[in-house]
Amino acid sequence: MSDSAHVPAGDDPVRAFLNDNSSLRDAPGPYFGEFGGRWMPESLIAALDELTETFETAKNDPGFVEEVRELNRTYSGRPSLLTEAKRFSQHAGGARVFLKREDLNHTGSHKINNVLGQALLAKRMGKTRIIAETGAGQHGVASATAAALLGLECVVYMGAADTRRQALNVARMRLLGAEVIPVEAGSQTLKDAINEALRDWVANVDSTHYLLGTAAGAHPFPALVRYFHQVIGDEAREQILEETGRLPDAVCACIGGGSNAIGIFHGFLDDRGVELYGFEAGGDGVDTPRHAATITLGRPGVLHGAKSYLMQDEDGQTIESHSISAGLDYPGVGPEHSYLHSIGRVSYEPITDAEAMEAFELLCRTEGIIPAIESSHALAGAMKVGRRKVEAGAVPDEVVIIANLSGRGDKDVGTAAEWFNYLDAEGQGE
Amino acid sequence: MTTESPTNHAVPTGSKAAAAIEKARGEGRPALICYLPAGFPDAQTTIDAAVAMADNGADIIELGIPYSDPVMDGHVIQAATVQALAGGFKVAQIFDIVRGITERCDAAVLVMTYWNPVLRHGVDEFSRKLAEAGGAGLITPDLIPDEASEWFAASDEHGLDRVFLVAPSSTPKRLTEAVSASRGFVYCVSIMGVTGARTSVATTAEGVVAAAHAAGAGRACVGLGVSNRSHIEEIGSYADGVIVGTALVAALRDGGVEAVAELTAHLSGRKDQPA
Repeated sequence: MSDSAHVPAGDDPVRAFLNDNSSLRDAPGPYFGEFGGRWMPESLIAALDELTETFETAKNDPGFVEEVRELNRTYSGRPSLLTEAKRFSQHAGGARVFLKREDLNHTGSHKINNVLGQALLAKRMGKTRIIAETGAGQHGVASATAAALLGLECVVYMGAADTRRQALNVARMRLLGAEVIPVEAGSQTLKDAINEALRDWVANVDSTHYLLGTAAGAHPFPALVRYFHQVIGDEAREQILEETGRLPDAVCACIGGGSNAIGIFHGFLDDRGVELYGFEAGGDGVDTPRHAATITLGRPGVLHGAKSYLMQDEDGQTIESHSISAGLDYPGVGPEHSYLHSIGRVSYEPITDAEAMEAFELLCRTEGIIPAIESSHALAGAMKVGRRKVEAGAVPDEVVIIANLSGRGDKDVGTAAEWFNYLDAEGQGE
Repeated sequence: MTTESPTNHAVPTGSKAAAAIEKARGEGRPALICYLPAGFPDAQTTIDAAVAMADNGADIIELGIPYSDPVMDGHVIQAATVQALAGGFKVAQIFDIVRGITERCDAAVLVMTYWNPVLRHGVDEFSRKLAEAGGAGLITPDLIPDEASEWFAASDEHGLDRVFLVAPSSTPKRLTEAVSASRGFVYCVSIMGVTGARTSVATTAEGVVAAAHAAGAGRACVGLGVSNRSHIEEIGSYADGVIVGTALVAALRDGGVEAVAELTAHLSGRKDQPA
């Protein structure tokens, strides 16, 4: 039984921060307001301490900062472009929509920012092996890529159900030299892959770094993963000022665990006039049990090491999430997002599968860009925000919105073909 | 409320777990702590199996609350808790199960639980109900003392034992914190890993116990990978108690309450070998 009858928090957000000049940037953890912390077995605390120390030292080491910057520039292809989506904008009430093109990064999404940084930290700690969880396979592919580049052994845990749905990404990881272990436990999806990766980490912590893929989990992961993704927001802020001479009215991102979102939001957290929107996976709709709208309908709890909003039943058992987008199909969310929700700095709203797929198709046909279905939630959100502003009386082409195009949609072509009935009865193309 | 004393084996006021361990010490043997997940395969079987364990030499019963994301558990216990949840187990049943056991035997009953079910239930309310049911306290595998302020208050208020874990990876500073935070005993994780029967006791176990004793633990008990009488004799030479889980769960799964009784009698040394 879900908590969906529970009134969503944040209807009356605390707006005190608007009159408060204190910075929201660089929140160090372990706590973000009442959220965050380390709700973890004692066996792993020493490893979390070691990672915290290594990270704090590294980010103050100009050599490390330069190493990350060089890999970003010469390997990932940063800075990523900011593209104005002029034809797509007509579907956002005429507001000017700019796309932050994380889809153009090597491996096709923002995930590469975090895996390169963490793999470098793993090497600094003298670890020879990385483990990772993956849902659709994007973080697994990125982790396998970083491991190949830096000469680390790589094991990826993936729900058995997901390995069947994403067979091509399994092959991709194996091509890159990673071992993929299907997880048969529980619901055989992302959260169970995380459980299994944690069990591996407990047993192999001396040799192994757990390369967590999102800005969630126990301290220092939320602050650490955000740090490596901050480049998205920093670049976007500079680029929009250059293109338009002003800050945007709104920044939109999709939220699963929330790493791409926290990365782009961070650049604008202290620009109090910039509205920030996180779009959660609404699945079949938040009036049904099939969704992944964690902040919209969840309650605070602890899962995978952090206190944060969580989809859970009245007994504290985790509820399985549902989304057409495997990357957003997670019943938890990063603790900094829970905090930004609690103080009203970021608005979190659900986008249904149908709304996301409409935006997916629109971007393909108006801009010649195939977005990831995850990112399509941000696009659908940008359409809503633009229309709302214009309906409220704003002059359309004076409204500036940035949507984080967190990944490309090549991996989603099969899902999209099925959704739009592009396949005949035999599952073949027309 | 008194916590673990560095110098002696005095029983903190009202600590059922400490009293059970000291009773065993008085008889010249390590305490035997036997684990089963609640509601596997159903509540009544849990009660019957727990009473059978107590009747065959268990000093403390450890009842696990089935949880959707048991990161410290291996395959056998995972499978049992998945079955319990699929069978409709609800957290509120734990209080009736504890009461059902404490009414029928003298063993101390500790509940082993991941933290979110307690948090969702309300830490104080959960503690009050557990104390009313005759429960001794909680073993908390994913709650470290750093995050436990609410649990400190509730366990003090309701007179419950709080058993924190220490591991081979724990630093001396963390060991000292866990020992002073614990009441009843300190749970020494024998090996870096998850629950599951192993053929031999990890060599790391003795070091963890020695470190816990050095940090002031009056009672240090060893769990993870303990499955037979020879393990218990070995661990009993340096620890104050021994915790057996997976082997008992497998016995219940394969042979029901009778097999649990027989294995417990073997573990406690009352019978030579299980059939």
